[in-house]
Amino acid sequence: MTQCMTDKKVLTKGNYAIAQAAILAGCECYFGYPITPQSEIGEYMSGKMQELNRGYVSAESELAAINMVIGACSTGAKAMTSSSSCAVSLMQEGLSYATSDQLPVVLVSVMRGGPGLGNIYPSQGDYFQSTKGGGNGDYKLIVLAPSTVQECVDLTYKAFYLAHKYRNPTVLLADGLLGQMMEPVEFKEYPYPEIDNSIWALTGAKGRDGRVIRSYAPLAEDQCVFLEKLYQKYKTIEENETEWEEIGTEDADVILVSFGSTSRNVKTAVKMCREKGIKAGLLRPITLYPFPNNRLKELAKKAKKFIVVEVNMGQMVNDVKLAVNGEVPVELIHKPVGAPPAPEEILEKIEELL
Amino acid sequence: MATQVFKIPDSFKKDAKYSFCPGCDHGVAVRLVGEVLDELGVRENTILAASIGCSVTIYDFLNIDAIEAPHGRAMAEATGVKRARPDKFVFTYQGDGDFASIGLAESLNAALRGENISAICINNTTYGMTGGQLGPTTLVGQVTTTSPTGRNVEYYGYPIKIAEHIALCDGTAFSARVSLDTVANIKKAKQAIKKAFEVQIKGLGLGFVEILSTCPTNWKMTPEQAHERVRNEMMKTFVPGIYKDVTSAV
Repeated sequence: MTQCMTDKKVLTKGNYAIAQAAILAGCECYFGYPITPQSEIGEYMSGKMQELNRGYVSAESELAAINMVIGACSTGAKAMTSSSSCAVSLMQEGLSYATSDQLPVVLVSVMRGGPGLGNIYPSQGDYFQSTKGGGNGDYKLIVLAPSTVQECVDLTYKAFYLAHKYRNPTVLLADGLLGQMMEPVEFKEYPYPEIDNSIWALTGAKGRDGRVIRSYAPLAEDQCVFLEKLYQKYKTIEENETEWEEIGTEDADVILVSFGSTSRNVKTAVKMCREKGIKAGLLRPITLYPFPNNRLKELAKKAKKFIVVEVNMGQMVNDVKLAVNGEVPVELIHKPVGAPPAPEEILEKIEELL
Repeated sequence: MATQVFKIPDSFKKDAKYSFCPGCDHGVAVRLVGEVLDELGVRENTILAASIGCSVTIYDFLNIDAIEAPHGRAMAEATGVKRARPDKFVFTYQGDGDFASIGLAESLNAALRGENISAICINNTTYGMTGGQLGPTTLVGQVTTTSPTGRNVEYYGYPIKIAEHIALCDGTAFSARVSLDTVANIKKAKQAIKKAFEVQIKGLGLGFVEILSTCPTNWKMTPEQAHERVRNEMMKTFVPGIYKDVTSAV
């Protein structure tokens, strides 16, 4: 099954694509609790993981699921969970611990409407939840934002790689639209090297003293040293792993900034702008953390205006404003929840803002 | 000829510093765990899921691999460890608040799934580390810092009988309640810990031991008075015994 899928393109749903990519990435354990619009990931995993003699648990809650992932990751295993919005809220304590424990947790977060129970429509309302964190203390999650089903595959591979390379929890931030839509995808082989975790993983203390993976630092000075070191790691991640896509930005007067499924309609709107003689370009952050701050700053020297398009009440717009630091005006086109605004609608609003 | 009658378990760290309050039974419980790890020869294959509360310091004594779980999540983390590495010996060491209040869902569900792990729960009828508040096992009538006139059931509800609840789960292979108030009971406690570890090694399901334990500091008692309380008060509600043992003949 796995092999035949790697040989050619298959038409598949985003959620199935993510699950199959995780299996091909070598995910050894999946722990999860159902929630729309990502339940297909757990359904797919339940069968496949058993077939492959890997770990699968229908966890009693998202709280338990994230902690099972932490347990599995503490042994150096590749492990993941998947969830959505209000249920990802339940995982915030675990994510905070996992950053402090420096464990390679992989979370697939398929956004739906919020706050609270919200609804099951697509949304980008968890940009803050993912990039700013809902857990306590100073930490960062690496956040990857796919915009196509193919990218759901490619960035799932990358999520496992980066999580293990940096020993930091990594989030694949999709949304209900990407989770549920079908597109042809190619499952290439996992392209990244395997990371040696033998110096820190719990293996049973054979021939050595015991290791403790802990987040407890009873002395204030210990915590200071730890946090400085943690943030050195984040600096390295920012220098090496920031990823984005650009279209037509070279001569653009107005630069659209959009991520995930929404950016697809923005891409079309940018093309429509060009046809009408409006010099528009698109910058699509692929990593939401690390955020392409430096590139936005550079572009702010040439462009006259930035317009952020997102399906929430305006979240990423704050990071774009921080990046350009008052150099150019930053406007927002947004829709509170649901499918992304149509390209025509975006075009109309761009024209209003110019 | 001299005969050695006592030694620090090989599974202990050589530089371990005693950190529990005088008269606290944690010290005895941790030593028993160390002795059983020695006797089963599993130190070098063990991964502990530690907890939050006084029990967390077990990793300052035992020279084994450990992950420190958030409050109440040790059974979930132990599940994750075991599912990733089924060949490892995996156990938790938790207090009653961790195991049976904030972590009750994780504990019962691990038992229901029949996770092939072992769990030790120290029941001292209070939240020890935070200064003696009402916990899930606080006895009816017991005065704590958050039940200043005593636990009355109309207001606070009832204490949980942990070993009995765990025994009711079909995935449990062994569930017992023991105490550490006499030498005879300490010996029984060690046998129970060994049994709870052995059922895991045999792949029979969850092995569980609830250990009735003193908290002289928060009970405001001498160690001797505290053990009398275990005998005269705690054992009336929390009756010691083996509540489930799938290895015993029917």
